[in-house]
Amino acid sequence: MTDTALHPSAFHAHGDHHDHAHDADHKPAFFARWFMSTNHKDIGTMYLIFAIVAGIIGGSISGLMRAELAHPGIQYLGTWASLLHGGPQSLDQSLHLWNVLITAHGLIMVFFMVMPAMIGGFGNWFVPIMIGAPDMAFPRMNNISFWLLIPSFTLLLASPFFGGAGNGWTLYAPLSTYGEPGPSTDMAILSLHLAGASSILGAINFITTIFNMRAPGMTLHKMPLFVWSVLVTAFLLLLALPVLAAAITMLLTDRNFGTTFFDPAGGGDPVLYQHLFWFFGHPEVYIMILPGFGIVSQIIATFSRKPVFGYLGMAYAMVAIGVVGFVVWAHHMFTTGLSVNTKMYFTAATMVIAVPTGIKIFSWIATMWGGSMRFPTPMVWAIGFIFMFTVGGVTGVVLANGGIDDYMQDTYYVVAHFHYVLSLGAVFSLFAGFYYWFPKMSGRMYNELLGQLHFWVFFIGVNVMFFPMHFLGLQGMPRRYPDYPDAYAHWNTIATIGYMIMAAGMAIFFVNLIWSLLAGKKAEGNPWGAGATTLEWTLSSPPPYHQFETLPKID
Amino acid sequence: MTSPAGDRRMRTAMLAVLGICFMTGLAWASVPLYRLFCQVTGLNGTTQRGLEAPGATTRQVRVDFDANVSPKLPWRFRPENPSDTVAVGARDMAFFTATNTSNRPITGTATFNVTPAQVGKYFTKIQCFCFTQQTLKPGETARMPVIFYVDPKMLDDPDAADVETITLSYTFYPSEAVKTAG
Repeated sequence: MTDTALHPSAFHAHGDHHDHAHDADHKPAFFARWFMSTNHKDIGTMYLIFAIVAGIIGGSISGLMRAELAHPGIQYLGTWASLLHGGPQSLDQSLHLWNVLITAHGLIMVFFMVMPAMIGGFGNWFVPIMIGAPDMAFPRMNNISFWLLIPSFTLLLASPFFGGAGNGWTLYAPLSTYGEPGPSTDMAILSLHLAGASSILGAINFITTIFNMRAPGMTLHKMPLFVWSVLVTAFLLLLALPVLAAAITMLLTDRNFGTTFFDPAGGGDPVLYQHLFWFFGHPEVYIMILPGFGIVSQIIATFSRKPVFGYLGMAYAMVAIGVVGFVVWAHHMFTTGLSVNTKMYFTAATMVIAVPTGIKIFSWIATMWGGSMRFPTPMVWAIGFIFMFTVGGVTGVVLANGGIDDYMQDTYYVVAHFHYVLSLGAVFSLFAGFYYWFPKMSGRMYNELLGQLHFWVFFIGVNVMFFPMHFLGLQGMPRRYPDYPDAYAHWNTIATIGYMIMAAGMAIFFVNLIWSLLAGKKAEGNPWGAGATTLEWTLSSPPPYHQFETLPKID
Repeated sequence: MTSPAGDRRMRTAMLAVLGICFMTGLAWASVPLYRLFCQVTGLNGTTQRGLEAPGATTRQVRVDFDANVSPKLPWRFRPENPSDTVAVGARDMAFFTATNTSNRPITGTATFNVTPAQVGKYFTKIQCFCFTQQTLKPGETARMPVIFYVDPKMLDDPDAADVETITLSYTFYPSEAVKTAG
């Protein structure tokens, strides 16, 4: 895979490669191209399509949940349970379906939407191009990474038909060990094993690519911040996922082979599972958000027409977030009986993360300061990201306090917090990246009016949906119940209206997507002008099938 | 992949694999390490074992006794007295009674801990039915003793000194469920 330099034809900067039948753009036939793909751009495209499909499923499940929560009482769960399992179901069965829905929503959004889109999608597409490499270091392993996700997702989607895994995305013991017999939970666990294997292989690939395949002159300290973000993310994956794999393997053997890792009857301890899970789980939340930081950095710099403020600070802030992210896990476990001193440590360590995060927020603002700013769709999404992520970060600092968390644990305040950083943070950065790179990936411009409309409708929708959850949580409404006392009805109804507004925003997105792919204006190599300085903008849109047959030189 | 560039890539990838193996090993090693950690520090209310009580102080604490049975074990199990008031440092003996309500002999093991969790490292047992397995014939009732003291060092610990009530909790499980974990 290193001998592509046999054809040293220079790349063409302005999309005229279509005029030449030239080797760099020779594509294999349909089956070989998409099913046996080793091309990082094709694999990236497949990851993005996969993430969109998973996002539709996971988002629809949240629609079901918001419909049920719109009013007090159980309205629809019984009907859904009888549709799923055939014939009328008991109330317990209906309530179990609720647990299945929240579990599926969490697992799908984390493992099959955000991670594939961020790392598999944009990472695959742009990390090799941004460092001036022809492809990933191990293209066939890249293919395996993607195709492992298909059986993984199938296992998860099939599990509701065998009773349903209702453990929550955290799969806490003892519910997941002897609380739910039947194959569903085993299927969910195996699904996570496969998704984990896929991500670990991807992480090895990114680390090897970034360390060994940078173009001449592309030193680590010249890499675009998006590449830095994927590098840090890959290390987090490498160190965190094996711990999850071990923990859920212990769950499997506890369930099926009579071990008692988490069963007190045999000398085990369910709290150990929580320690293992969150040792993975906390780095996992940074795995989901760090590539978003990278994307936003590229976009803010592009549309302020300035290099990003404090480049080294930005890069090492991400490294710091990654490192500190490994020593704060027990702030998810403040109510498991930790001693006062342990709680003080985890409170303080958690708050330390606000420092590098603050460096990033202020550096983005400083990048915009005095810049020659424009506000096309990717930029409004990126600014929306900064705003919403800051709100989620502030509630995070509140929750970091062990004493306050005793009161807030498992309330809607926590739900609001992590949806502000993920559903309004990670997802906003995904949309920002999607609009930013859509012309590059597809060769066509998106519709600017629809893009702006999508942003505003979605922005209003998610805020109407999630902001009231702060109030509900402060009033003590617990998570993970399909019903609530009448006192919580008002804000729940408003949150459901917010979901409908958000869904309308998504409809605009899909109209825009289809319209742009079919009838969008042809995109130039660099549609964003002088501010777009990274290497992908030196190529045609879409880039040739094999780019950089002559490696670019970076001064 | 025999080119120098390919060798370098393989080396990086192998280092990454090494990192994965290390973290996997660490995760599995955490099982015995966690148990050790709990025993040493009294985390999660893990109690201690001792030989002799150091002698009574003037400070009294109430010890509540809590008895539970796994749904899988057809036993009745309760303390003879719901609580005892005992001087810190003094040796105390409490009795629990267990009855096998089934028609077959069953062996059970009790797990135990105390709350609040921070007094775990000061709650010391000299002798306990929970140290060994207990077998009851059909219908048999047994009195089971526990001899313990509360370590006076508790009074010097700012996190534990103000504790006035300690709950000692047992849960009996059927012994066939006992298999060694990791």
